[in-house]
Amino acid sequence: MLKDITLGQFFPGTTVIHKLDPRTKLVWVILYIVALFLAKWFVSYALVLVTLAAVIAASKIQLKVILRGMKPLLFIILLTAVLNLFYSQGDVLVQFWIFRITRQGVMNAIFMMLRITMLVTGTFMLTYTTSPIALTDGLESLLGPLKKLHVPVHELAMMMCIALRFIPTLIEETDKIMSAQKARGADFESGNIIARAKAMVPILVPLFISAFRRADELATAMECRCYHGGEGRTRLHQLRYAGRDYAAYALGLVLVAGVVALRVCGL
Amino acid sequence: MTPIIELQNVSHIYSAGTPFEHAALQDVSVSIAPGEFVGLIGHTGSGKSTLIQHMNGLLKPTSGQVLFDGRDIWSDAKFTRQTRFKVGLVFQYPEYQLFEETVYKDIAFGPKNMGLSDDEIRARVYRAAGFVGIDKENMEKSPFDLSGGQKRRVAIAGVIAMEPDVLILDEPTAGLDPVGRQSILQNIRDYQRSQNAAVIMVSHSMEEIASNVDRLIVMDHGALAMTGSPEEVFSHAAELVALGLNVPRVTQVFMQLEKLGADVDSSVFTVEQGAQQLLSMLKGGGRDA
Repeated sequence: MLKDITLGQFFPGTTVIHKLDPRTKLVWVILYIVALFLAKWFVSYALVLVTLAAVIAASKIQLKVILRGMKPLLFIILLTAVLNLFYSQGDVLVQFWIFRITRQGVMNAIFMMLRITMLVTGTFMLTYTTSPIALTDGLESLLGPLKKLHVPVHELAMMMCIALRFIPTLIEETDKIMSAQKARGADFESGNIIARAKAMVPILVPLFISAFRRADELATAMECRCYHGGEGRTRLHQLRYAGRDYAAYALGLVLVAGVVALRVCGL
Repeated sequence: MTPIIELQNVSHIYSAGTPFEHAALQDVSVSIAPGEFVGLIGHTGSGKSTLIQHMNGLLKPTSGQVLFDGRDIWSDAKFTRQTRFKVGLVFQYPEYQLFEETVYKDIAFGPKNMGLSDDEIRARVYRAAGFVGIDKENMEKSPFDLSGGQKRRVAIAGVIAMEPDVLILDEPTAGLDPVGRQSILQNIRDYQRSQNAAVIMVSHSMEEIASNVDRLIVMDHGALAMTGSPEEVFSHAAELVALGLNVPRVTQVFMQLEKLGADVDSSVFTVEQGAQQLLSMLKGGGRDA
């Protein structure tokens, strides 16, 4: 069922990872990605992987949930691996017909798979442990300086917040409409591509109409509560760094420094 | 008589294996006889919607069996799809699922999926439109140009056009005005009588339930709490209140009268019955029925 999609979902909790300031987590994800892309050889990958495992363990998110979230990406991961396997230059290991597998190809395939998997899992950890509202608050605060350059930071953050907020609602709505049309005998599973695309019409039309209706209702509700943009708005929950946030920043920098050091050593 | 629908020890667990896991149905056994008008009540989240989605094979039970006419609906995929045509399910706010350009085409969606001939589809669409009182001149209009009540009728007609043996409706009158409510309930009764179809209606209005159904099923926390005729169920007022439900208002009035010492029978659950009781009481006959 659509409801079982865990991509971008938030799992409430009270672990130290959940409690971290959203800004810390956002910066951490960036540091993590930098470290991941600087990693060159098994030792540095192992260092990043251990960090990721520690974060997963600390957040108490079940491995099952993460694996299920990865499922839709399995195809892309495998495709990348196969392409890397066959299209790398280097010392030939096996050769048959037009295919040639090189030692570098095997290495590239393994590293690419590791990199994509860890990249996605790492960013999953951000959305799994941070509520959409905290996430946008964090983003707005981090991008705050751009307001000086007349970038509509608040508006962008509000748009992102609303979009994130409505993902589960729209998924639920889609589920409901699908059930209703299935109850009238709609068939989404059989037929060729054209038949299947046509079968989507009974879902998409009601879904668009309901999305527009919801948007309209939300706009009215916001106006009724005198929303008029970000100027002079105060917050119920002020973002404030705690000791754990400074510790997290330090650990993040240590991670990047560690990977850089390993890279210099060629590990 | 073989029940038209039978649920045997059905349990359903949503999002099994995630932190959101929860059991929506626990070991529910229900059977529905052909031609029966059944009311389904229970507070919000008691598992009513999950239960009715098992009856036409939209949800697969985690454990237990669902039988249609004595046959397991999950025994093969073809039969599951067939069951969806024979057990028509009208969701809550069904007007939100309209999508076609014209009212006619929208009502014809179900029959078309059944693979019927064009003549048969035409006949069924007009019959269904007749049941819910949609005029011929509205058939070529866009469903989105109709009023809320009319949209609801079109959506219900879309299910009735499949001429199911069992018609399930999830709060068919929610959000309608009193006249609209009465007329939709009348349409449903008309369909039930003319087709000898079983009807299962979910409702939060005890009055609607009391004046329409033959039998009542009460749900609580994913399990059956009570079942029986309206008289039987509404005589357990205290239990119903504990389940977050109530008895019809007219029954509340008669219970109060009884408490105040009037010589009345509190097993009254429609206004007509109440009127009769009062009349016979005023004539001095008291409880003489």
